[in-house]
Amino acid sequence: MSLLGVFDVSGSALSAQSVRLNVTSSNLANAETVSSSIDQTYRARHPIFATVLDAFNDHPSMAGVKVKAIVESKEELRMRYEPQHPMANEKGYIFLPNVNPIEEMANMISASRSYQNNVEAINTSRQLLLATLRLGQ
Amino acid sequence: MRFDLDKAMGIHEQALYVRSRRTSLIASNIANSDTPNYQARDIDFKQVLRNVAGMNEGERLKMTQAGHIQPGGMSAQDAELLYRHPFQASIDGNTVDAQIEKAEFGQNAAQYQSTLHFLTGKITGLRKAITGEP
Repeated sequence: MSLLGVFDVSGSALSAQSVRLNVTSSNLANAETVSSSIDQTYRARHPIFATVLDAFNDHPSMAGVKVKAIVESKEELRMRYEPQHPMANEKGYIFLPNVNPIEEMANMISASRSYQNNVEAINTSRQLLLATLRLGQ
Repeated sequence: MRFDLDKAMGIHEQALYVRSRRTSLIASNIANSDTPNYQARDIDFKQVLRNVAGMNEGERLKMTQAGHIQPGGMSAQDAELLYRHPFQASIDGNTVDAQIEKAEFGQNAAQYQSTLHFLTGKITGLRKAITGEP
């Protein structure tokens, strides 16, 4: 019954989108985390999505989603001259993460919309399944 | 007249199968709306049902020998998967348009329910015939 497969497919998308939301909130939370060296500074993370075809072998048409990897952004860190800052290094610089709050907000909205779409797909399929079970009554 | 329960439901049984298959296909598209390089897929419902039901009267092939076969009579499971043609290509190679998929999903769900309605009608008719109630 392919309607039951919708739960697998949309469920995998829900978990992938929630990982994306988690990563986004982690980025936003650490947007102003100051450190005194380049190596210790937080870098923005982004999940990479990939299609899963193997898990649903009996229906080759159905494709779920998984988070293939979470990669760190390669953009340059922000460096600021603040000699009075307690975290400043010997040259008087502090390092701030390369998180772009605008990009993160856009990511968050996109993730939450996709999440809602998948919840709706699950709800509709559940109603259709229940209606099919009641067939002929 | 011989009664065949397999054929009592007519084309609606196959239609229900294709509809449910389409539901999961469009759900896959929605699930992969943010996956790079994912190609949205769909089934041409009209074409599949035509293949299942056999072709129209005018399109039948002339059979002059015993070995000739008529097209059609395909099973609903053999439905061909097509690729959706994107209106605007996405920069990451994804061809899912969330609005279109949502609209198709809603339409397909409504059509699934109408197929269920037809089947309920058939079952009610059969039940009336069996019990003899008016």
